[in-house]
Amino acid sequence: MTVAWLAMLACAATSAQDAPPPTPTPAPATSQTSSYFNPSISLIGNFLGVAGTNAVDNLPSASLRETELGFQAVVDPYARADVFVSLGEENEVGVEEGYLTFTSLPWNLLVKVGRMRVSFGKINSLHLHVLPWADEPLNVVNLLGGDEGWIGSGVSVARLVPLPGDVFSELTVQAFRGDAEGLFEAPKRSDLAFNGHYRVFADLSDSSNLDLGASCAIGPNGTSANAKTRLQGLDVTYRWKPLQHGNYRSLVLRAELFGSERERPEGTVKATGWFASAEVQLARRWWIGVRGEAAGHAQDTSIKDTGTAATLTFWPSEFSQLRAEIRQRRYGGPNTAGPSDYTANEVLLQLQFAIGAHGAHPF
Amino acid sequence: MRNSHFVLAVLLAAGLSDPAQAGLRVVTTLQDLASIAQTIGGDRVETFALAKGYQDPHFVDAKPSFILKLSRADLVIVAGLELEIGYLPPLIDQSRNEKIHPGNPGYLDASTGCDVLQRPTQVVTRAMGDVHPYGNPHYWTDPENGRLIARSIAVRLGELDPAGGPIFKRNLAAFEARLTAKEKEWDVAMAPYAGANVITFHESWPNFAKRFKLEIVGTVEPKPGIPPSPSHTLDVINLIGRDHVKVILVEPYFDTKTPDFIAEKTGTTVVMFFPSVGGLPAIRDYFDLFDHNVNAFVDAMKGKGAT
Repeated sequence: MTVAWLAMLACAATSAQDAPPPTPTPAPATSQTSSYFNPSISLIGNFLGVAGTNAVDNLPSASLRETELGFQAVVDPYARADVFVSLGEENEVGVEEGYLTFTSLPWNLLVKVGRMRVSFGKINSLHLHVLPWADEPLNVVNLLGGDEGWIGSGVSVARLVPLPGDVFSELTVQAFRGDAEGLFEAPKRSDLAFNGHYRVFADLSDSSNLDLGASCAIGPNGTSANAKTRLQGLDVTYRWKPLQHGNYRSLVLRAELFGSERERPEGTVKATGWFASAEVQLARRWWIGVRGEAAGHAQDTSIKDTGTAATLTFWPSEFSQLRAEIRQRRYGGPNTAGPSDYTANEVLLQLQFAIGAHGAHPF
Repeated sequence: MRNSHFVLAVLLAAGLSDPAQAGLRVVTTLQDLASIAQTIGGDRVETFALAKGYQDPHFVDAKPSFILKLSRADLVIVAGLELEIGYLPPLIDQSRNEKIHPGNPGYLDASTGCDVLQRPTQVVTRAMGDVHPYGNPHYWTDPENGRLIARSIAVRLGELDPAGGPIFKRNLAAFEARLTAKEKEWDVAMAPYAGANVITFHESWPNFAKRFKLEIVGTVEPKPGIPPSPSHTLDVINLIGRDHVKVILVEPYFDTKTPDFIAEKTGTTVVMFFPSVGGLPAIRDYFDLFDHNVNAFVDAMKGKGAT
């Protein structure tokens, strides 16, 4: 017993002589503490020039088509807020996403409440500035309500479900108000839209991985009191990036397949849509890409649109991007251009820039 | 009566002995931090590094598989100074792990108290490239900062696992003693080259240069994050001639095409210089890192050839 006490005393003595822990550097003096908790503020500008003719989707020859302001900060020990305001050129302002994320919940849950891009497929949840093209693919445009895709106001609950072999998977269940432009329309307040998404992400090796998703959604479409639109989706993304030289070489392959069933008094309309694309990094700042796409119209199964595109992207730095996209889209008739099929050949030239807080690199 | 005494004795024994050791799960961003944490923590910690030693630590992909690791972590150790700003925040936000959020005990910024260089003293804009506005984040390339990092880690491990406190202190003392001895060796090896002018690819080395009294006179990158350009490469070639530069230090994740071209034109030696543990299989810990780099530097200066 005495030996034990002596040993403890010796330890205490030694610890008294230990090197003190490093002291933190004093924080830089701020002039006003009221600005100390300002959110991270960022601005991303997206300028698009378009050449060629397209009577169906007549984009302007030049426009600052979107300026996105991001405000992101921790609210309190329980949640963080992320708000992205999207500005058009004149009089168009919208909250593209604005949600609270509860990051400290039990049972591996992550809950978001607010307005958010819906986790249907993979592309729909991405902001314009992280897309690998200068436009949205036809399956999103035709089957998720338009260029903006499906943005919902409601609640999202995502649960981590680790699989054997330590593989990441996540089940997300979302409930939104039953209105979404071009997609859902709620006859009554209690008509809601729901989305479920299951994602599996597997590291195939240090340099390659596979991301698979399955989505299922249902919501009111307003054609009658109980008419529903049902959506199904599959998405796959394969990435290869050798860790050591990942700054110079990488490859991303993506594809999505959507199905849509719209109940109407006259009968149910079914449509499908898909895209497949590849992006190849040639050098530290240069990428090329190709995309094939096709989609029926959600409201008229006899009309089908198809498209092909090729892209060339240059990043002067990680804060700016220049992209040229050559695109051919064949719109099934009848359409805005006339009664028959219409083919549009265009070149889209996009310039993007970011200022303010350093955002996360897209993955 | 005997049975209850027996039960009491067993319970007391269980209370006095070490509880079954589950091991602290420590996730770090860099292999250097993982290596130091493993040395201090010994059997009581299990470490995992998100970035491999041979990859560019600025451009790590925020893979969902990292979310799983972070969801179970007891402690996250970061280099800080915005080195990880491109990938770590969304991973921590999605980790479902309250302990590891910045400000909580499970989050340790290893830069605390370290000698950080190149803190801006004037207006900073991105015209200067991808600058780090809080100072140069590659500070662990000075072994004395490694000492400070080890002390921070020992303190934090002691707070999270008080029963392991004495073990961590003992391991820290052993680490510091070995570091002191090794620093003497490295100082002796590098002493003949004090004042030597060197070129590096990226600004990863000011701390190493300060420690070993080297002068970094230029970088192959025109600015941080901007790849070499013909005009800047010509400037570097001229600079090498003027300043009698003998070596170009290149991190393993950069393309050696431009450094090789410069070397061919000027007779300098391109040395693959490793900023992190794990950069090569032979660089297994923090001491191996400096052993390797010091030997490679000395060999290059003696003209014994490159990488």
